[in-house]
Amino acid sequence: MNTLLETKDVSKYFGEFQALNAVSIQVPKHSIFGLLGPNGAGKTTLIRIINQITMPDTGSVLLDGEALQPHHVQYIGYLPEERGLYKSMKVGEQALYLAQLKGLSYSEAKKRLKYWFDKLEIGHWWDKKIEELSKGMAQKIQFVVTVLHQPKLLIFDEPFSGFDPINANLIKDEILQLRAEGATVIFSTHRMESVEELCDHIALIHESKKILDGKLNDIKRDYKTNSFEVGLLSDNMEALQQTIEEKFKVSPANFKSLHDDLKLNISLGSQGTSNDLLGFLTSQAQVLHFKELIPSASDIFIQTIQNSNS
Amino acid sequence: MNHLRLIIKREYLTKVRNKSFILMTFLTPFIMIGLFLFVGYLSSVNNDTVRTIYVLDETRYVSEAFKTNDYTIYNHLSEIDLETAKTLANQENAYGLLHIPNMPIESVSGLIKFYSEESASLSLISSLESKIESKLSELKLQSEGVNLALIEASKMVVNINQESFEGVKTSKVGSIMKLIFGGAAGYLLFMFIIIYGNMIMRSVIEEKTSRIIEVIISSVKPIQLMLGKIIGTSLAGITQVVTWIVLGAILLFAASAIFGVDLSQSSQQDMVNEALSSPESTDKIQMIINEFNTLPIGNLIVAFILFFIGGYLLYSSLYAAIGAAVDNETDTQQFMIPILIPLILAIYVGVFTLIEDPHGTVSTVFSYIPFTSPVVMLMRIPFGVPLWQQITSLIILILTFMFILWFAAKIYRVGILMYGKKPTYKELFKWLKY
Repeated sequence: MNTLLETKDVSKYFGEFQALNAVSIQVPKHSIFGLLGPNGAGKTTLIRIINQITMPDTGSVLLDGEALQPHHVQYIGYLPEERGLYKSMKVGEQALYLAQLKGLSYSEAKKRLKYWFDKLEIGHWWDKKIEELSKGMAQKIQFVVTVLHQPKLLIFDEPFSGFDPINANLIKDEILQLRAEGATVIFSTHRMESVEELCDHIALIHESKKILDGKLNDIKRDYKTNSFEVGLLSDNMEALQQTIEEKFKVSPANFKSLHDDLKLNISLGSQGTSNDLLGFLTSQAQVLHFKELIPSASDIFIQTIQNSNS
Repeated sequence: MNHLRLIIKREYLTKVRNKSFILMTFLTPFIMIGLFLFVGYLSSVNNDTVRTIYVLDETRYVSEAFKTNDYTIYNHLSEIDLETAKTLANQENAYGLLHIPNMPIESVSGLIKFYSEESASLSLISSLESKIESKLSELKLQSEGVNLALIEASKMVVNINQESFEGVKTSKVGSIMKLIFGGAAGYLLFMFIIIYGNMIMRSVIEEKTSRIIEVIISSVKPIQLMLGKIIGTSLAGITQVVTWIVLGAILLFAASAIFGVDLSQSSQQDMVNEALSSPESTDKIQMIINEFNTLPIGNLIVAFILFFIGGYLLYSSLYAAIGAAVDNETDTQQFMIPILIPLILAIYVGVFTLIEDPHGTVSTVFSYIPFTSPVVMLMRIPFGVPLWQQITSLIILILTFMFILWFAAKIYRVGILMYGKKPTYKELFKWLKY
């Protein structure tokens, strides 16, 4: 079994509105799985179904091969997008309460909290009330509470919103660390740069349907167009450009360089490899810059959604 | 069930540690006792003033009806004219002057006057009137040659002694006692529901406004959360009420030790003592005691506890459902009235139909309807209700409570998906199908 979590044809209606339409995803063990999609696509509904907050109308969810059951909540750690804590409760007391709700014993919860509070250097907050803390501080507490019971599956819905860059980095490192320790992470976000950095698998949900999923690298391979970004230097730039345009499909490129070079995107399509292109270019001009154009997660996101809309 | 215990503990501790809760718990008995002492003080001040009333009775035969007592001094004037009497009364700072002109008994009644600086108190005038009336009718009867002793002897007091076919004795006094008992139980329930029901509702709303709800219900079932909140808050409520009673008793004891004279020698006390010493009321007291002994005390206590808990749980689950449906407290108004109506209805039905017929169709039906049964059944039980009826009613009550709790949990589950929208009844109904 290499799949930790699987949803099979999960559909959900809210009255007339269909929030999810036969969504099937497989989250491999020890992966960081990006659940992507525009606002209102149905990501949060899917996450809530996995957390047993709402029930699917049809379809099933399997955790480690077992149909989802109430006791499974202790294997899942969930950081919702809409998050908060009891404002008038003390930090330590509250963290202990939430940890115990997830099935930890009092002493175990206390031990682990101490470890985390020391690690994040927030031990002196223990007796403060949440309302005395800043939003970012409260988010840190919330993160600790989410991961404290060492869940197999961690679900983060927009985890970086509300964090300053330093703390966002801190949390990112912790997520990677948790994955290294064996956790599987589902990660829902709009921030494509963090998808690029963290995710190895993604699923794209649009208008309640899953329209794309798989390994991020595989998807990128599928989406790349055998195009290259080049910077060329020659005595006669115009002649050079003409020669290339006759042979290949070309569009102007935009990148920074130290020279006043000719910047082009060259699309090979199915005609040849990078070596063929490079060989041709070196025969014509001095090659200062040569890079394969790999679609970013953001490009894939936009392109897929535009394709599905048209 | 471990979760339930945790939730109850948290809810309880949060409530009990809340500053305003603590303040209310300890301040209320002081305020109540203070108020009690203040009212007692005021009434004693009022009673301390002794009024002097001048009586100018030209007929000479009415004035013997006015005898000086602790609160009123009657100064009988004679051999002076009205003007002189008025001047005298004014000079002496008397409360007023009563003038009865010299007329035959038949025609004097319309000509009696009371002079005073300020308009005289209503109770004083009516007491003077009744004194004069009885004296005049006595005189009238005497002048017609009627023997007064005979009239006195002819006065009869009738008290119908009631008894059921099974031989259970009852009486009017008993019925009133039963009504009072039922009414008190209903009122207590009413107060408890309003105070602590609201507290439960606020605590449900709190989770939504602080946005912790999603974290919580990804760990526990909403129905557990609801039940935990209701029980935790109720325990805090019981703590508060018990503190009030204990603290109130201590304060009352302390107050009577300090202001002892005021409390024990108040005029009310005198009146009660006086009433107790008269032979008629001894009979009445005896009757109340007898009545009390015929009440199904054991049944009453058990039924009171069960129906009180059942009724309270039912209504607090409704409050929880309201809390689950809305985002903030201002949105709760539209749902408040429908909760209070059955409660008020129960008390009205209880009081009005029970006087007519404690086992009539209306009261019987209302003692089965779960929203009114806690109050109506408690009022009916002193009149004797078969056990199977009590049990049936209790089962209906508990089943309804469980249904409402499920309903509240359902709304809660859906309610979190709907931030910032004020729900209508129609939408609530739709949510049930999600």
